[in-house]
Amino acid sequence: MAEPLLRVGGLSKSFGALRATDQVELEVLEGETHAIIGPNGAGKTTLIAQLAGDLRPDAGRIRFAGEDITALPAPARSRKGFARSFQITSVYRDFTALDNVALAVQAHAGHSFRFWRPARADQALRAPARAVLDEVGLGARADVPAANLAHGEQRQLEVAMALATRPRLLLLDEPLAGMGAEESQSMVRYLATLKGRQTMLLVEHDMDAVFTLADRVSVLVYGRIVATGTPAEIRANPEVRAAYLGEQE
Amino acid sequence: MRLGRRRIVLLALVLLFAAVPPAAALLGQPFYVDLVRRVMIYAIAAVSLDLILGYGGMVSFGHAAYLGVGAYAVTILAVYGVHSALVQWPVAIGASMLLALAIGAVSIRASGIYFIMITLAFTQMLYYLGVSLDAFGGDNGMRLPMRSQFGGLIDLRNGTQFYYLVLALLVLAVLLVRRLVDSRFGMVIRAAKSNEARTRAIGFTPYPYRLAAFVISGGLCGLAGALLINHTAYLTPDLMHWTRSGELLFMVILGGIGSTLGPVLGALVLLVLENALSSWTEHWQIILGPFLVLVVLFARRGLAGLLWREERDG
Repeated sequence: MAEPLLRVGGLSKSFGALRATDQVELEVLEGETHAIIGPNGAGKTTLIAQLAGDLRPDAGRIRFAGEDITALPAPARSRKGFARSFQITSVYRDFTALDNVALAVQAHAGHSFRFWRPARADQALRAPARAVLDEVGLGARADVPAANLAHGEQRQLEVAMALATRPRLLLLDEPLAGMGAEESQSMVRYLATLKGRQTMLLVEHDMDAVFTLADRVSVLVYGRIVATGTPAEIRANPEVRAAYLGEQE
Repeated sequence: MRLGRRRIVLLALVLLFAAVPPAAALLGQPFYVDLVRRVMIYAIAAVSLDLILGYGGMVSFGHAAYLGVGAYAVTILAVYGVHSALVQWPVAIGASMLLALAIGAVSIRASGIYFIMITLAFTQMLYYLGVSLDAFGGDNGMRLPMRSQFGGLIDLRNGTQFYYLVLALLVLAVLLVRRLVDSRFGMVIRAAKSNEARTRAIGFTPYPYRLAAFVISGGLCGLAGALLINHTAYLTPDLMHWTRSGELLFMVILGGIGSTLGPVLGALVLLVLENALSSWTEHWQIILGPFLVLVVLFARRGLAGLLWREERDG
């Protein structure tokens, strides 16, 4: 069997006495949509920060696409094809939606020590950026400053920026955060269209969305992965139900 | 591009500056040529500061260092008998860029108040170095032995010729910085200023881009230093005093941070006001101070914000 795209082994991180990440083992296979769920305080944010390269683990390894990336900083991981979106919308608020995505394209188009030609007239950046915006359904809003986009649109832009880097793995940090029911549904529908052609690691609170989208689910409780399996297996797992779903009746 | 009004202001400024020498001659007030030439030289320095401050988010409180290094480079070469501008000015620019590389390499890893303090500390060190350089005037300063030479092509002793040379360089500086900030390179430093975490997440390492911007800014300010020493013909470590760095910051803030052309207006208004008020009362700073506070409070985007719409970066 081929090596999984992402393999996390023995990952641990403590803050004082708190073991925020405790011997985490995680595998994301090429092509799958893998979800991580866990109650508040389970250590999802800490885990994501280590996966994305914002936080150094105390112990353990992260292998991505056959390479050890444990020591790589965030920009280098991005350039290797590991893209992420943020739980709290993090876009360039005063740039237009198109500028935002064009920057993500530019980050993966060689070095940017190009001092002379105007970047906004550069079709090598604008055309792919426009295509991604169209794909996520923001095409008509390309020239609107990101700050003026509706919350749901900003969440779409968040995903668009990650996609524009043509990642091998897309880490989605609560893509539905703060969305209304309708916006959520539309985002889930969109992510469903990505499924299969884009490997995704989805961290999400919304159980309906997780069980709709994920091929496999890992459950994080107190910094540990307590179970990994198909949505059906996870639903049926008594340990998970006790620890997380809170259905102890 | 929404450049309409900014283009108009640029054109109006160029025409205004170009009209100063004949107007001054007509009015029999050659002093104005001198004043506006000084304005334009400081404007180049302010534009260079805006590149890193307005677009890179780097608040350099030590930009006078490059004015000083540019001026010292020209004077030291002149003392050793090298008078050609074609040698002096590139050396002034190159030395300033080297210094910016050293200061930037250390300071850019820090941020916020630490960045400000490191840039200030380096400049103070250079100031005291200048004070201690007795061979080059020490504390009292010294005359520039001879103004930079252009092989007879341009004569800097001729106030008008020098004036139009400075005007041409100012226009070039504004266009250069504009070009830079709109390029791929410029987009990276603006993005890193607006949202560093996102910029790293999409795959940029901001540090080398910021450092490059810092070095370019230093070089441009070094050119202003080379012009300034030819303007005053008198070298003094005061060029590098921290209050001078503060004045440059004020020109940028008054004119409008991140507007390229705004700092030119800032330099013009600040120096002309300073001049007018100081001829009226010796306590001119009592008037200038509150004026600046009002501008900062009520015109957040400076004079540029009142005249044209600048796209914003956050």
